[in-house]
Amino acid sequence: MPIQYYLTLSAILFCIGVAGALTRRNAIIIFMCIELMLNAVNLMLVAFSKMSPAVEVAGTNGGTDAQLFVFFIMVVAAAEVSVGLAIIVMMYRNVHSIDVNFLNRLKN
Amino acid sequence: MIPILLIAIPLVTGFAAFFINTDKGAKIWSLLASIITLAIAVAALCEANTSSQLSVNAEWLPALGAKLSLSMDGMAKMLCLLTAVSLPLVFGATYKNTYNKPGNFYGLMLLMQAGLLGVFLATDALLFYFFWELALIPAYFLCSTWGGEKRIQVTFKFFIYTFVGSLLLLIGILYIYFKTPDSSFSIQSFYNTKLTDGQQFFVFWLFFLAFAIKMPIFPFHTWQPDTYEQAPTAVTMMLSGVMVKMGIYGVIRWILPVFPAAVVKFDQLIIVLSVIGMLYASLIAIRQDDVKRLIAYSSIAHIGLMCAAIFSSQQVGMEGVMIQMFNHGINVIGLWIVADAIEQQLGTRKFSELGGLAQRAPGLAILLVVMILANIALPLTNAFTGEFLMFNGLFNYSIWMAFIAGISIILAAVYSLNMVQKIFYGRTMPATEYANDANGNIQFVLALLAVAILVLGVYPQPVINLTHDSVQAVLAK
Amino acid sequence: MNELVYLVPLFPLLGFLINGLCRKQLSKSLTGIIGSGSILVSFVISTILFWQVKSNGALPVDPLFTFIDAGSFKIDFAFQVDQLSCLFLLIITGVGFLIHVYSTSYMHDEEAPHFARYFSYLNLFVFSMLLLVLGANFVIMFIGWEGVGLCSYLLIGFWFKNDNYNYAAKKAFVMNRIGDLGFLLAIFWIIEKFHSADYAIVFANPQGTLSPADITGITLLLFVGATGKSAQIPLYTWLPDAMAGPTPVSALIHAATMVTAGIYMIARSNILYTLAPSVQAVVAVIGLATAVFAATIALKQNDIKKVLAYSTVSQLGYMFLGLGVGAYTGAVFHVMTHAFFKACLFLGAGSVIHAMGGEQDMRNMGGLKKYMPVTQITFLLSCFAIAGVPPFSGFFSKDAILSAAMQSNMLYYVIGVLGALLTAFYMFRLYGMTFLGSFRGTHDQEHHLHESPKAITIPLVVLAALATVGGLLGIPEVFVKDSNWLEKFLAPVFAGSTALTQAKPAEGNSSMELVYMFVVAAIIVAVIAFAWSKYKKYEKTTEPETGLGKVLANKWYVDEIYDAIVVRPLNALAGFLKNVVEKSGIDGFVNGVGRFVQYSSRQLRLLQSGLAGNYILYMVLSIVVLFVIFWNQTQIVQFLENIF
Repeated sequence: MPIQYYLTLSAILFCIGVAGALTRRNAIIIFMCIELMLNAVNLMLVAFSKMSPAVEVAGTNGGTDAQLFVFFIMVVAAAEVSVGLAIIVMMYRNVHSIDVNFLNRLKN
Repeated sequence: MIPILLIAIPLVTGFAAFFINTDKGAKIWSLLASIITLAIAVAALCEANTSSQLSVNAEWLPALGAKLSLSMDGMAKMLCLLTAVSLPLVFGATYKNTYNKPGNFYGLMLLMQAGLLGVFLATDALLFYFFWELALIPAYFLCSTWGGEKRIQVTFKFFIYTFVGSLLLLIGILYIYFKTPDSSFSIQSFYNTKLTDGQQFFVFWLFFLAFAIKMPIFPFHTWQPDTYEQAPTAVTMMLSGVMVKMGIYGVIRWILPVFPAAVVKFDQLIIVLSVIGMLYASLIAIRQDDVKRLIAYSSIAHIGLMCAAIFSSQQVGMEGVMIQMFNHGINVIGLWIVADAIEQQLGTRKFSELGGLAQRAPGLAILLVVMILANIALPLTNAFTGEFLMFNGLFNYSIWMAFIAGISIILAAVYSLNMVQKIFYGRTMPATEYANDANGNIQFVLALLAVAILVLGVYPQPVINLTHDSVQAVLAK
Repeated sequence: MNELVYLVPLFPLLGFLINGLCRKQLSKSLTGIIGSGSILVSFVISTILFWQVKSNGALPVDPLFTFIDAGSFKIDFAFQVDQLSCLFLLIITGVGFLIHVYSTSYMHDEEAPHFARYFSYLNLFVFSMLLLVLGANFVIMFIGWEGVGLCSYLLIGFWFKNDNYNYAAKKAFVMNRIGDLGFLLAIFWIIEKFHSADYAIVFANPQGTLSPADITGITLLLFVGATGKSAQIPLYTWLPDAMAGPTPVSALIHAATMVTAGIYMIARSNILYTLAPSVQAVVAVIGLATAVFAATIALKQNDIKKVLAYSTVSQLGYMFLGLGVGAYTGAVFHVMTHAFFKACLFLGAGSVIHAMGGEQDMRNMGGLKKYMPVTQITFLLSCFAIAGVPPFSGFFSKDAILSAAMQSNMLYYVIGVLGALLTAFYMFRLYGMTFLGSFRGTHDQEHHLHESPKAITIPLVVLAALATVGGLLGIPEVFVKDSNWLEKFLAPVFAGSTALTQAKPAEGNSSMELVYMFVVAAIIVAVIAFAWSKYKKYEKTTEPETGLGKVLANKWYVDEIYDAIVVRPLNALAGFLKNVVEKSGIDGFVNGVGRFVQYSSRQLRLLQSGLAGNYILYMVLSIVVLFVIFWNQTQIVQFLENIF
């Protein structure tokens, strides 16, 4: 399969994530959208890793860098989820809502 | 050694003054400090220009190439003398005025003096900038703390105005610094740096705007009348008597030698601006109803002439600028003292509420007339020599410029005599009916100034001789 | 003996200092003695100098100290005593002394400090005037020039409680300053060309250094200075207003000495004017126009001092006519005789005003002849002198000018004679309304009428005597050969000009000149007789003037015209600059910058909504914008091409 298919899918997923993060007010859904964007990037990295011409070149670790990045991102995403969910729980305890528009105290 | 003392004494005594709480203590402390400074400035006059006592050269920030280098030539001596003379006069004349937190007030005044002296002495660009700001910041606090009703607004304007100028100056200094062959801030490296014409035209304006705002030159003058009006008069005296000389000094010391090509290119534009400013300020002064604002506009007109004379690049005009810097300083301080005496006693500065004061205060009237005559540059007062030489320089540059600028001497007569007439002549008004003559301090200080005005008017040659070397040096570049 | 020169102005200066500084301590009599005595000492020294000059010629110039040394030129504080300046010295100190003596009585009603203030100003004036005529270069002359202007200002506004007087004083000073600007520019021009302002250098060989354009420019500018100080068209209007000052001041400053400074200046620079015939023509025409113009105004004035003021303007016009036609000696001669008779007339008028208790309107006088015989007789003699009746002094001096005018241009002569007839008429109108007929004032005034005290009458008598016989110093050549002492005395001063004009043979038929002279004198006498008979029986009328009379009584509306074309527009411009340009324009722009920053920050603040979603939106939008901007950049294009 040509790489364009992977990249297009990844771009579509990313755009869905962006659109969701921008339009939804529920913190958990925004959270999921962010995950979607991260995974879109992961998909792209994996695709590049697999399709890179460097894979064919002997004597290099061609293509594995990108896969390493993917692991990093997954770890960071896991950490983010744990912190983020904790924040959302605290928010729910305080304002009895997980609507992000309640959190506009920075204004004024 | 002398330059260090000149700066250190007001600096140290100024900081010390912050810890004095009593009114009388602060006054005596600062008066003594300023008199000591004056004595040192006078001592400097006696030293030959080549004397090692007059220059200091020590490491300051070696990594940057900035040095603690101070030196005194004729112009610096003259301006230091002016700075040193004016503070005791100001303190003496306003001795009866009281201020909140007197220690802070007098401390800031002394700090400002230290900054002014530093500006005139520094021969290192970074040091020059440092003192430039040191003179400015106390002035800002003095105006905003002890000023009139609209002081916050007006001082803010003053600060923004001068600060914009300072920043442009800093950019200009850094620009040249990076062009110097030896990465040094010293004035000699600045002089020796070869800038292309294009570079000069650009950096010239960075420097000139800073100095033009300080002088001030039309159309950058609008901070001045407001500030002079709102600042406490003691500060106004320093601002107009000494601080505006910073701008003129800067032009002579830094712009003329560093940007010769730009000076030749822009001289006509600047002279035209200055001459417009002279007529403009004189005309506005005619219609003023406020003593302080009238003096402020009159001062703008006089400074305009100095700026025009500098850029006419004639030796005669430059000699005139030198002598006039000193003379304008003492004359304008005299005028402010009179304005302050009137305001302190009568509580008003409006011409429409004044009149007939000559009957009640003949001493003050006579002394004001002497100041006013100096203001209109009558011969045998000190200002005549300066204006004569400056107009002469301008005439050599262009007959028409001299003619148009000369109209301002007619206008000067109109507004100056208006002032005398409206304050002192005519019938007494309710405000002036029970006025008394000015107190002894004021009369004494004014009498000193009047004697100086007449002596320098009859025998101006010492001041010309004093600054002769600086003029030669500047024009040789 | 040359140090004597410096003593001449020193004594008036000392008098000024003593009277000025000790005005509260000195008694009036002491003040008067110091004030007059200092001038008397100067007069004595001047006389000594005069004899020295007369026997030895001009004294060498010996600088006292260097006033300004600006590298490219040097101005010495130096005095020069030659024939011209020592003649002026005698006039200034001599007439000045008489007027000081007169003042001790005239100003006696003032309180002691003001009395001393008056004398100190008067002494300062004499000091400045002496500087003016003694200076050995143009700068020293300018110092005196401005100094006399200052004293004139101070003395016109001497009674400073009256606002009108203050305005008159200010007007005098400002109009003088207009002239001073011209003078100053001329000095700069001279310094630029000669690198010196010394007379000795400038007048030695002006053709060698100056181009004709330079000479024309310099002389024109000097003449502008002279029109200011000597009250010529267009700058004459200050002089009539200057009558607000005390009468002796009018006599000394505004008749005898200060206003002749312009004539002194041009006579001093005669060589330059001789080299610029076109400017000479301008001087002659302006002088002549002023002479006639002021004479017409004087015809209809009712204030005794105003008549004399316009008469002064008119006589000064004659002096300029003399200068313009090259009769420098004649002009100086007229300065001298004018100093005598006009000072006498002013002092006489002062005596009348004193007797009338401050009344200056001639319509309320009349018949004073029998109350004030000394004043009357001296006044009459001076009137004859100013009218030009032979053999009074004015006849000779005016004739010296008019005969030169005749040689230059017949039209000058005819108009000049017309002016002389007007002079004779208004002077005898003045005399008739004041001294003849019957008294028209109030009963109270009549009761007070008295002859003035000795201190007033003695100067009058001395001046009247001088006005009568002063003309003998310059008897025209047509009467007796080699009799014109003044011409011979002043010849060295005007030698340069004489040498230049010698080329043109002086045409002129002496017998014709005599005929003209006596015809004119006869007409003048007839005019006097007419005026005498007309105003002998003057009756006060309340009818307003009409037609030309009204225009003349209103001084041709010149003040109103100046007000409309200069003062008001300038005031309006100043108001416009102050209220509109400064406030809304420049300051408005500056404040506008500040307001713009505040406004835009207030608007930008709204972007900080506090909603995380908005921030993300901005972020995404910015990324999109960045993408669009950099889309065309080759790197990105190549990168994308590489991968696709």
